[in-house]
Amino acid sequence: MLKSKDLLGLRDITAEEITLILDTAEEMKQAVKSGKKSFDLLKGKTLVTLFYENSTRTRSSFELAGKYLGATEINISASSSSVQKGETLIDTGKTLQALATDFIAIRHPMGGAPALLAKTVGCSVLNGGDGMNEHPTQALLDMLSIREEFGTLKGLKVAILGDIKHSRVAKSNLFGLKKMGAEVWVYAPKTLIPKGFDELGAHIATSREQCVDGANAVMGLRIQLERQSGGLFPSLSEYSRFYGVNDEVMKHADKKAIVVHPGPVNRGVELTPKLIDGATSRIEDQVTSGLAVRMAALKLLSEYREAHA
Amino acid sequence: MKTLIQGGEVVLLDGVEKLDILIEDGKIVKLAKTVKANPDYVVIDAKGKTVIPGIIDMHVHLREPGFEGKEDIESGSKAAVAGGVTQVCCMPNTSPVCDNAVVVKYIKARQQEVNLCKINPIGAITKGENGEALADIGKMAQAGAVAISDDGKSVMNSLIMRLGMEYASGFGLKCLCHCEDINLVDGGVVNEGKNSTLTGLKGSPRAAEDIMIARDISLAESLGVPVHICHVSTYSGVDIIRAAKKRGVKVTAETCPHYFILTDDIITDFDTFTKVNPPVREEKDRKAIIKGLKDGTLDCIVTDHAPHSQKDKEVEYNLAAFGMSGIETSFALSYTYLVKSGIININELMKLMSYNPAKTLNLEGGEIKEGGVADLAIVDLNEAYTIDSSEFLSKGKNTPFNGFEVYGKVCATLVDGEVKYSQQ
Repeated sequence: MLKSKDLLGLRDITAEEITLILDTAEEMKQAVKSGKKSFDLLKGKTLVTLFYENSTRTRSSFELAGKYLGATEINISASSSSVQKGETLIDTGKTLQALATDFIAIRHPMGGAPALLAKTVGCSVLNGGDGMNEHPTQALLDMLSIREEFGTLKGLKVAILGDIKHSRVAKSNLFGLKKMGAEVWVYAPKTLIPKGFDELGAHIATSREQCVDGANAVMGLRIQLERQSGGLFPSLSEYSRFYGVNDEVMKHADKKAIVVHPGPVNRGVELTPKLIDGATSRIEDQVTSGLAVRMAALKLLSEYREAHA
Repeated sequence: MKTLIQGGEVVLLDGVEKLDILIEDGKIVKLAKTVKANPDYVVIDAKGKTVIPGIIDMHVHLREPGFEGKEDIESGSKAAVAGGVTQVCCMPNTSPVCDNAVVVKYIKARQQEVNLCKINPIGAITKGENGEALADIGKMAQAGAVAISDDGKSVMNSLIMRLGMEYASGFGLKCLCHCEDINLVDGGVVNEGKNSTLTGLKGSPRAAEDIMIARDISLAESLGVPVHICHVSTYSGVDIIRAAKKRGVKVTAETCPHYFILTDDIITDFDTFTKVNPPVREEKDRKAIIKGLKDGTLDCIVTDHAPHSQKDKEVEYNLAAFGMSGIETSFALSYTYLVKSGIININELMKLMSYNPAKTLNLEGGEIKEGGVADLAIVDLNEAYTIDSSEFLSKGKNTPFNGFEVYGKVCATLVDGEVKYSQQ
């Protein structure tokens, strides 16, 4: 049983809860892969996806997770600009609660927004990414794909390369992987490593090779073009030359290492197309893991709600 | 009319003595072991209590004119006297900005109407606080402004800042510098460090404050004019000021209770009451601020009282307004965390909260002495109480100190010898 009505991040949940979600997700994934897409677990429940940022993957994944589990499901899109004007998040939350919503999956450009919503409403809030804070379901799906490969997370080395500074994915992975006994190494231009990341338990590598050395999983993170215009690095070609992951770099990784990426990928920037489409890539499998993790989270939160009704 | 305060422990510039205080026409006329009460005296029993010089809070935001939803001169004054504060200096970032004599006169007139604490307006350095053209500094001085400041929004153009300091010195006004390199802050909302990374809230580096502290000291030094640094929050900023004082620069500086009590460990739950500018920083900063207060590098304790309404704070952290409502808790917090904890004594505390602010801005008051103005507060140092912002008289309930147990409840506050606050 989970210990909270919400899934806000991996910072504040236990290794046992993570294991429970991953175990449940594994069952879900097998069921989905065998063609079962209709469950009654969330029958009569309502899921709202409330997205203040553009998203295709995460949103459709939440949406289908809800539908496959039998929930009634609607989407609300709010542009980022409407965060500043118009209805406050608290008022939107209260409105959704009054519409008898059970679950809200929220994505928001500002860190802490899901926590604010969770405090305001009795609905279960699932964080679909908030600012530079956390993206727990993404990290859980990464962990699921990696765990499936190696049977465990304990003792593994995970190398993360890319825009660490602005990445909620790197943060949630760091919190989650550490709790599960894995080591996290990161490498990026100095301007894209956030202050104190080592104090949070990450190893900051001094070279690509050191970062990837002996790694079981190598994760690329998307480099957003606006970071270049913001002066954080000079050009994409310079980025890929010094920080991109290619076959040469992968030679330093463990022989059985896999390549993961939260997507969407900039082909030839974070990872070479050859790696993206190659045998070691789990990027497509991760999408299925994502669906399974979100189904598992909804199922487990629903059980929590029933137990605490 | 004469007022006699009997039997209190009186905090003098040096030492504490059990003295009676006789007040006439707003002045302290007699300080003695025993002053015999005449039947026509108003007698205030201060037995078991401590009498301190009225606190002079030289950095507050009263929000009027323009932002009366957050605070107004009446509510801010009520809050001040409830905090033992007899005199405030209010920052110019109102609407309209206090960049001309009319607004200065308006604030003074409102002070007369409300008639609780003394209010000294601070003028803006530049028109509209836009950092471009000097405000009517001379006319504001003539109307009663006691200083100029860019509080809330640094003058980024060093030439304009230099001109402001230089010009104001011709009217005997000091510049109170809000030190923040806006480009370097780059939208940061909390201290840059482990906790900004932990929360993903954008960090603001110490360097953004330190660079401007160094700049403003350098400008003042080259001009030979005195300068005052507002709300110091960094260990490195304390060092810059200490070094400047050592080589003889006429620099004074202030800090606030939240910088010597709190660290950024409080931000990790996204509580918007912890959002303040400059941000609360780390333990090494907190310790350095305390050291700076102890060794005289930091001259004054102020509140940067920044009241906000519920709607300014009950939003996403990034959207929440900066600032804490502090004027009602500054004495108790400072007493508890600096004196009760044994770091400094009560005389040193009252120098930081009263005497030094008076000296820094050339204001009356700041000490209890015969012939001095009867701006006083009577406080209870013995009984602990719990801070509860729902009881604040300020409209701003935004404090991170809710639930803190402190000593130093204000029992009564006298301004010019008149009781302006008395505990229910």
